[in-house]
Amino acid sequence: MAQDAAQTKGFDADAALECTGLACVRGGRMLFRGVSFALAAGEALHVTGPNGLGKSSLIRVLAGLLPAYAGAVKATGRMALADEKVALDQGQPLGRALAHWTQLDGSADAAIAGALAAVDMAHLADVPVRFLSTGQRKRALLARISLSRAAIWLLDEPANGLDTASIERLGGLMAAHRANGGIVLAASHQPLPLEGAQTLPLAAFVPAVLDEPA
Amino acid sequence: MIGALGTLIRRELMLAFGLGGGTRGSAGFIMPIIFFLAVATIYPFAVGPDVQLLGRTGGGVIWVAALLASILPIDRLVQADVDQGMIDQYVVRGLSEELIALAKTIGHWLSFGPPLMLAAVISAGLLGQTSEQLLTIEIGLACATPALAALGVMIASLTAGLRHGAALGGLLLLPLAVPLLIFGAGSLAPGSQNGLLLLAAASLLLTVICPIAAGAAIRAGRE
Repeated sequence: MAQDAAQTKGFDADAALECTGLACVRGGRMLFRGVSFALAAGEALHVTGPNGLGKSSLIRVLAGLLPAYAGAVKATGRMALADEKVALDQGQPLGRALAHWTQLDGSADAAIAGALAAVDMAHLADVPVRFLSTGQRKRALLARISLSRAAIWLLDEPANGLDTASIERLGGLMAAHRANGGIVLAASHQPLPLEGAQTLPLAAFVPAVLDEPA
Repeated sequence: MIGALGTLIRRELMLAFGLGGGTRGSAGFIMPIIFFLAVATIYPFAVGPDVQLLGRTGGGVIWVAALLASILPIDRLVQADVDQGMIDQYVVRGLSEELIALAKTIGHWLSFGPPLMLAAVISAGLLGQTSEQLLTIEIGLACATPALAALGVMIASLTAGLRHGAALGGLLLLPLAVPLLIFGAGSLAPGSQNGLLLLAAASLLLTVICPIAAGAAIRAGRE
């Protein structure tokens, strides 16, 4: 029974994301240092702070796309990344563009219709991605994340460009993922529908002396 | 890993042949082929319809045209995938940059090599090549096009994110492809079968090295 559940959601129950003393340097400037947190299955973290503080860089370091200047990231379970890039082929119909990722992630093509319905886009499966609006692209991206069968969701500004109803759906998706034992880490300057989430105000980890070269 | 490679190659082919409308402009594979045929068509206008002269020089023209045609697809090979975040998503899924570059090389070769070899038959006819010369050209192209595809992917990876990357790409590719031109065109001279062997050796070397260099370039470009 437990194995069946693991197969449908695609990951084991012991997902975890932990980082200790994480620091990031971009362009000779230290963005943040000493970031530490530990998330267990079902937990969520909301990284807050104004623009340009390094929230996106933190997510890219966690995802392994940028090297950490110091510190270490320890992840149990696969990660799914949602940043400002939608990563769906512009000329392909939405359903087929998503199918490229389900083939790589090993999820069933039949799941695509369900994931699109969850973000209220079932009627747009045959529309080429380039004709979608900003909010629709953002929702397509959420469908891609929920199809990824990854335990750890890294979401960069997931609520940008979404209307009120879509933000509620985003909240529903994140709650369902956590109820399944998944982890959500979201960076956003605006409030997110993440109940019982820890908060990480990134401003507290920005070095005080900014003009000293790192 | 092999399954992922297959999925990536399938996407490259879908985009190159414009199935389902690719991001890179529909049927992007056709432009280099048209360019290749255009060179073979205008060359006789320039030097005159002297069959003996065409037969002597036509093989070299085919090689030059093949080299120049391989420059055209460079700007669409990697840049779009970096901009769209496709590469980031592959890396998050644990696929190495070298594997991505290898998939791009194979996909690019399949949409570039065989069509070019088909077009070479027409070019050979236009340029008065004998059937023996055509056979040598075809064997040479079969050896050289994997290297041209690998070079194209490597240079596209290096220039992704640069302004005027396409123009720079052409300038970078030509010197690296000169050994292929020398051995390929050289093998057309009577009694120089060793040219094909050297061509195959040069091509093998480039085809093996380029995906590794391309992977490193994609990784460095992410910083």
